Amino acid sequence: MKSRTLIKNCHIVSPECDFDVLNSLLISDGKIEAIGDINVLCDTVYDGDSCCLIPGLIDMNCKICEDGYESRDNLKIVSATAAAGGFTTLAITPNTQPVIDNKTVVDYVIQRIKSESSVNIYPYGSITKGCKGKDIAEIGKMLSKGIIGISDHGGMIDNASLLRDVLMYSKMFDVPVISGGLDDSLAEGKAVNEGIIATRLGLSGSPREAEEIIVSRNMILGKYSGAKLHLPVITTEFSVALVNEGKKHNSRLSAGTFPHYFTLTEEEILGYNTFGKVNPPLRTKKDTEALKQGIYSGVIDVIASGHTPASIDRKLVEFDLAACGISSLETAFPVSFSALCNDKFSLSDLCRVMSKRPAEILGLDKKGVIKKGNDADLVICDINNDFEIKGSEFISKAKYTPYEGKRVKGKVLKTFVGGKVVFGT
Amino acid sequence: MDFKRKDFIGLMDLSQNEIKDILETAETMKVVLSQKNKKAPYLQGKSVILLFYEKSTRAKLSYELAAQYLSANCVEINVLNSGDETLFDMGRTIEQMGGDFIILRNPYSGSAGYLAERVKASVINAGDGLNENPTQALLDLLTIKELKGGFKGLKVAICGDVAGSRVARSNIWGLLKLGAEVRVAAPPTLLPYAIDEFNVKVYYDIKKACEGADVIMYLKLREEKSYGSRLASFDEYKDFFKLDQSTVSVAAKDVIVMHPGSPDRKIEIESDIIDSDKCIIDDQITNGVAVRMAIMYLLSLGRGLNV
Repeated sequence: MKSRTLIKNCHIVSPECDFDVLNSLLISDGKIEAIGDINVLCDTVYDGDSCCLIPGLIDMNCKICEDGYESRDNLKIVSATAAAGGFTTLAITPNTQPVIDNKTVVDYVIQRIKSESSVNIYPYGSITKGCKGKDIAEIGKMLSKGIIGISDHGGMIDNASLLRDVLMYSKMFDVPVISGGLDDSLAEGKAVNEGIIATRLGLSGSPREAEEIIVSRNMILGKYSGAKLHLPVITTEFSVALVNEGKKHNSRLSAGTFPHYFTLTEEEILGYNTFGKVNPPLRTKKDTEALKQGIYSGVIDVIASGHTPASIDRKLVEFDLAACGISSLETAFPVSFSALCNDKFSLSDLCRVMSKRPAEILGLDKKGVIKKGNDADLVICDINNDFEIKGSEFISKAKYTPYEGKRVKGKVLKTFVGGKVVFGT
Repeated sequence: MDFKRKDFIGLMDLSQNEIKDILETAETMKVVLSQKNKKAPYLQGKSVILLFYEKSTRAKLSYELAAQYLSANCVEINVLNSGDETLFDMGRTIEQMGGDFIILRNPYSGSAGYLAERVKASVINAGDGLNENPTQALLDLLTIKELKGGFKGLKVAICGDVAGSRVARSNIWGLLKLGAEVRVAAPPTLLPYAIDEFNVKVYYDIKKACEGADVIMYLKLREEKSYGSRLASFDEYKDFFKLDQSTVSVAAKDVIVMHPGSPDRKIEIESDIIDSDKCIIDDQITNGVAVRMAIMYLLSLGRGLNV
């Protein structure tokens, strides 16, 4: 006998599947079995209370701190945090301790994920050994153990020849190569945007060139290699223009950004506010507007969380000494919904950039949209009533946020992974 | 009196009237300094702690004498022996021991404000990273006021390593608030990003910047190698930016030339100018003590938060 769950009385919103009327969704053994006006006997029935049912969000850029420190977000905490934020699938960056750069660590991490996590978590393998940006890691062996892509997060590759080889080599596995970063010679040791705010505060600024040079270089190498290249985070107006141009020459190129880059500006750091210290740095109003336009037009494929939960003790120090980081899994969806959605950009469009496109890029063919046969990774959310963001209520151990006190819409009420409720009772 | 504060962090945050209050008070303090017995009772029973995380000889001496002339107890902490203690912990320790004033010099921008928010003692910024060194700027302002009478419409050319000078930044904010016309002259690599957006006129030619100037402030260069690719060499720098007679000749007739101390005669300012009466470095040093006395006195009045 199959186990069946029914979610009734909800607005089902998803790319490829938009209904105007209230509907029900039937889950059977963790898969979506039917959508419509369903009348069958079920083990469990949930009432959607006329809220929206959307595909579970897929985060292409999340950091975990599985290093034994109690104050940090380990796998268990991150998965609970993700569930609360509506994320049902996470791709985690390889700059963990130990670094995910060989098959043994991949094996270990996947075992830990199975025992600790309530959401789907897939590791990226580091492109280079030890995230050092020097020697290529054993990508094939890591893939056979279950990595979902390769990433240079935490180990910027400054050697163009090495990145070119990596892109060429990756083609035999057809694996997504997640490669971005800032040019070290311009940005090293600088954690705020070069601009009038940095000048006002007497902080050395990281120039936008540092990002735009790497975006250009990676796109050029991507174009000639024919590899599947994803730029994980672009933050400047000109990066958007560059990617727009790059896509005309390379259909396998994709790009992402994080919610804070299109909702917050460098002004966040006034008063030396370390909660606004992130890497790359927050930019200007012109950039946030360009990023929004990039999302609307499809130049930007993906919104990832950029969750990098630096603990509070590493934030409450002098600005120069403070860690970069933001606790964003629990704010990413409501913040994005409130900033982006309007008459021309619907909730379904937002699901495209936060679920469908990430699934396509990562090759998760049973995720990303609500349709028959897909995994029952689902989220019930309330898009009509606003609520106040409070860092103290976060599940993440990093209980602070630059959005403190802001009112947003898009509260996540219930999250399902494989048909099981992992958040909201 | 508009100046009612617990701490003194920078000129960026002060109003025009607050700056004027400090300058006026400093003028009164100069009376104390001119007397045979240089002692005033205003800070009797108060303690002043010097917490310097960077090297300094002149500034430290100036603060220490200022505190002693006002009858305060003054102690210097040797932070080199403090191990890994954080600034926060150090501040709290000082507070528990009854420190009323903390004079902080620290390599991180914003550190003085950071400490001020976390201790009850009055924090005086003696230089935080690349941000500000406000008392050093105030002594320049006091010197200008004495010699020029006021600031409105005064043309001030600030020359040299502007990006690397927190004194220059404090001076820029202060002078702009007081109504002066501020010009900067330096190679583009030694100017703060987008400084022109703060209503400062930017020149890459020192002679043009000094045309009709009432005041020329020359900034001290750091070690040559610290400039990396931002300068080709000091030898080339001096060809374009050394202050010489021909540049001074295009300035106002009664121009004054200022420098934070011991200018380099080969690279920065020509000897003839340094030795002339246009150069007023000694006035600056005396005024430094007066300004620091004024700041401590004003903060001790406790017009803002409880001191």
